[in-house]
Amino acid sequence: MGRFILRRLLNYAVLLFVAISLTYLLAASQLNPRSLWELANPPIPAETIESSLRSKNLSDEVPLLQRYWTWLTGVLLHWDWGEAPRTGDVGPEIARRIGVSIRLITIGSLGGIALGVLVGAWTATKQYKISDRTITFLALAIFSVPVFVLISVVQVLATNFNDATGWRLFEFVGETGSVGDYPGAVLVDRIQHLALPTLVLVLANAAFFSRIQRNLMLDALGSDFVRTARAKGLPRRRAVMKHALRTSLIPTGTYFAFSVATLFLGSTFVEVLFSFHGMGEYAITSIQGQDVHGAVAVAAFGGVCVLVGATLSDFMVAALDPRVRVS
Amino acid sequence: MTTATTSAGRRRTGAGDVVLSVRDLHVTFPSEAGDVRAVRGLDFDLRAGETMAIVGESGSGKSVTSLAVMGLHPASAQITGSVRLHGEEILDRDDAAMSKLRGKAMSMVFQDPLSALTPVYTVGDQIVEAIQLHRPMPAAQAWKEAVELLDLVGIPNPQARVRSFPHEFSGGMRQRAMIAMAIANDPDVIIADEPTTALDVTIQAQVLEVLKRAQRETGAAVIMITHDLGVVAGMADRVTVMYAGRPVEQGSVDDIYYRPQMPYTIGLLGSVPRLDAAERQPLATVEGNPPSVVNLPPGCPFAPRCPLAEEQCWTTEPALVEHSGSLARRVTAGPDSEAATVAGHAAACHLADRVVRDGLRYTDIFPVAEHAWSALEQVPREQRQPVLQISGLKRHYPLMKGAVLRRRVGTVYAVDGIDLEVREGETLGLVGESGCGKSTTLMEVLNFLPPTDGTITVLGKNPAALRGRARKELRRDLQIVFQDPMASLDPRMTVFDLIAEPLKAHGWSKADTAARVEELMATVGLDPSHVNRYPGQFSGGQRQRIGIARALALKPKLLVLDEPVSALDVSIQAGVINLLDQLKAELGLSYLFVAHDLAVIRHIADRVAVMYLGSIVEHGDVDQVYDNPRHPYTQALLSAIPIPDPETERTRERILLRGELPSPADPPSGCKFRTRCPRKLALPESDQERCVTEPPPLLPVGTDHTSACHFNDTDRHVDVVA
Repeated sequence: MGRFILRRLLNYAVLLFVAISLTYLLAASQLNPRSLWELANPPIPAETIESSLRSKNLSDEVPLLQRYWTWLTGVLLHWDWGEAPRTGDVGPEIARRIGVSIRLITIGSLGGIALGVLVGAWTATKQYKISDRTITFLALAIFSVPVFVLISVVQVLATNFNDATGWRLFEFVGETGSVGDYPGAVLVDRIQHLALPTLVLVLANAAFFSRIQRNLMLDALGSDFVRTARAKGLPRRRAVMKHALRTSLIPTGTYFAFSVATLFLGSTFVEVLFSFHGMGEYAITSIQGQDVHGAVAVAAFGGVCVLVGATLSDFMVAALDPRVRVS
Repeated sequence: MTTATTSAGRRRTGAGDVVLSVRDLHVTFPSEAGDVRAVRGLDFDLRAGETMAIVGESGSGKSVTSLAVMGLHPASAQITGSVRLHGEEILDRDDAAMSKLRGKAMSMVFQDPLSALTPVYTVGDQIVEAIQLHRPMPAAQAWKEAVELLDLVGIPNPQARVRSFPHEFSGGMRQRAMIAMAIANDPDVIIADEPTTALDVTIQAQVLEVLKRAQRETGAAVIMITHDLGVVAGMADRVTVMYAGRPVEQGSVDDIYYRPQMPYTIGLLGSVPRLDAAERQPLATVEGNPPSVVNLPPGCPFAPRCPLAEEQCWTTEPALVEHSGSLARRVTAGPDSEAATVAGHAAACHLADRVVRDGLRYTDIFPVAEHAWSALEQVPREQRQPVLQISGLKRHYPLMKGAVLRRRVGTVYAVDGIDLEVREGETLGLVGESGCGKSTTLMEVLNFLPPTDGTITVLGKNPAALRGRARKELRRDLQIVFQDPMASLDPRMTVFDLIAEPLKAHGWSKADTAARVEELMATVGLDPSHVNRYPGQFSGGQRQRIGIARALALKPKLLVLDEPVSALDVSIQAGVINLLDQLKAELGLSYLFVAHDLAVIRHIADRVAVMYLGSIVEHGDVDQVYDNPRHPYTQALLSAIPIPDPETERTRERILLRGELPSPADPPSGCKFRTRCPRKLALPESDQERCVTEPPPLLPVGTDHTSACHFNDTDRHVDVVA
């Protein structure tokens, strides 16, 4: 058993190494940190720029492979992911941002997926009735509206609410703001800031997962074993909840696990528009800021997420589906 | 209704009382094409302890009837008429009220045991659920009952198996578990919808025994829905034959089998290949297809297929009525059992009186194809060239395990050393239960790849050694007809494109292709003007004819047929079998015919090989093997097959095999059949040792007949018939 786990991990490590190395070569040859200083006013002497870039291993006058080797040994020997052109070490920055991302997306995505699964399962039992058609319409509407439009709508509505009531109930800039000094104020403040982005994530995830779950559920509803359950004397509703839903959750489970990576890196708009400084935002800013090391670190993080997701989905299937578990 | 209590759901019937009474049942589904009138007026009474069979081909309304009685029909169905359980109307009850009856007063066994159990719960969970739904009791007690039920239906080691998931059960065991669930609450009515259709014959025989035992234990009335006339003959007391949503003949099982009055029933019985038919008697061909029940024209729905149809048949639909004189004049010679057939033989046919009066048989009514003899068959077998030679063929597969971590844990001995030979103009039947390796053998012949061991020679060449052009040429001479005519034809290609595809691949010119396609359509009995239609517009039998036309396109010498008729209805199947027979004679083809239906093989094959767990256990001339089977497995297989003759079925002695096919990954040592062999049990200890240690070779037991048993001569001979 151990040998097989080892082989699998080794596989993953090789895969990651290749992916990250390719990203480094691409980023280091395409991004141009020198441009950040060249147009500075007053002009900075070229030797100063060069020595600064060289000290950060970012100079395009050093051969690409030599830079790659320097970067690689740094990562492997010192776990040093390099320096951004302006803002210092990439490693600590990423560590901080992962925390922000986790705080942002956990409730929103888990809640959204749970809601989506329930709504999808329920609409499947009401196929082609008014309730099904209404929810289908809403889900497709949310689906087809770009996220930043959705966020703007939510923000406008929240502002109107705040103005109308005179409270500042909803906050939408950053993770924390002015904290009061009553007991539990820190928590309340965080919840106020988290409410709107969470709502957006719930809506987006619920819309997506409700469509998947509805289709899976329809397959399960027409299956022979639901008919068997009813023939035993289970009323329709209980047969559906007990036999169809459980079975149709299996594919959703794998889907969820695989979506881990997209969750972290896919919530860019939410982060930017609500001023959460998480991983999604960093992906954009590092590329815009000609930050070779930052961009590579983001790609590495994404790669790890995908592989963790793949492993998670295998275990998820094993947990949900006895046909796999036993064999 | 003789006893005191009347609330439906509790038992209150004595033997012979009417339990379920159906009157004028109509089921209609709205559809875009118009109303689908799936059931159009069905009446029957079912008495306690009685078994009634509903027989019919696909689309005749038999399954819809059972779902309507159970209240499990789709919500869109409109149902009228009356269904009374113990005298109480149940058709108007809502789902909540029906739930109290389902699984308690009425229960059901479904066709496909692979999909009818919920995969994520254990078998025990599902039986316990059925028990506790109707009889609240502590979990421990319910589990104890579940174990007892599994024991009753013959699951070995029920204490442990109750915790198994459905996928850990074989098909036959799952069907037993279904039956356990159905009888858990001592029902008054059990509806079995094609309960053995998906099972192998030896398992079918076991499951039918279990069903009979369940009926004895519960005293329930059984509705047996099936298309298999052999099963009906052995199980049913009374029979209702359905056609296009209507009962067309109703009566006791002897009436229906020995004195059928409706031409459809007569044709149906005549189109079944019989295991007990010694010489090759051609099958009745009921031309055409069952009608669509959307927008039925007036008149008898069978009229378009009925050679007797007269003026009135096209204008008025006949009522289901008794035709006098049916007792006095027998239609076919049957045993003396008038006493049992007094009342209730009715047929819906304007001409039934004439059928009865003139004693018409299927040979009098339906066109019967003469068995065509090919020129090759006149030549002695030894003088004909072999077209396929298989010697020492082995195919082993690695056995992989694990979802998260896949690894090899063993070897599947799918085919483990077999020798076969097909000569020109000959049909070799390869029979055996699922998992015996017959399909693997077939794929090895087609793959043109080197097998694990042994050699395959097609028309004197070794296909694995051929490359390029020579390989393609050999492909031309070897074609296949698949089992499922739905799946084997691309639904988005026209019939022309389908049949022309092999021609194009082999570089035929456009003009030649068109002519050849037209010729092929005519050869297989299809209308050449239909070449631009899509497969979806044809019925199952016609689609199989398209598949045959495609296989014949390149004028092959050897045709490999993988269960070509098993997916077809009986009356359709007969037409395809007759066609294959005729083609073989006309075109001088050789067939390698794989089937699990031994009756079909007897009908079509010249020689037969019986496979068990990757080896051939008996091999030889078809009549010698069937009339005088020497291997205990062949004997059991033949005795498991139901024969469409009630009298024979009643008196037949069955060899029931114990257990199921062992895993081909872990075959028993010595003789592979020894774990289930009834003959071994009768042997003295000293001889049994030999079965365990020494694999038996194929030993000659006749002029063209070999059997792989150390003790071919030591046992009683079991006749196929009686």
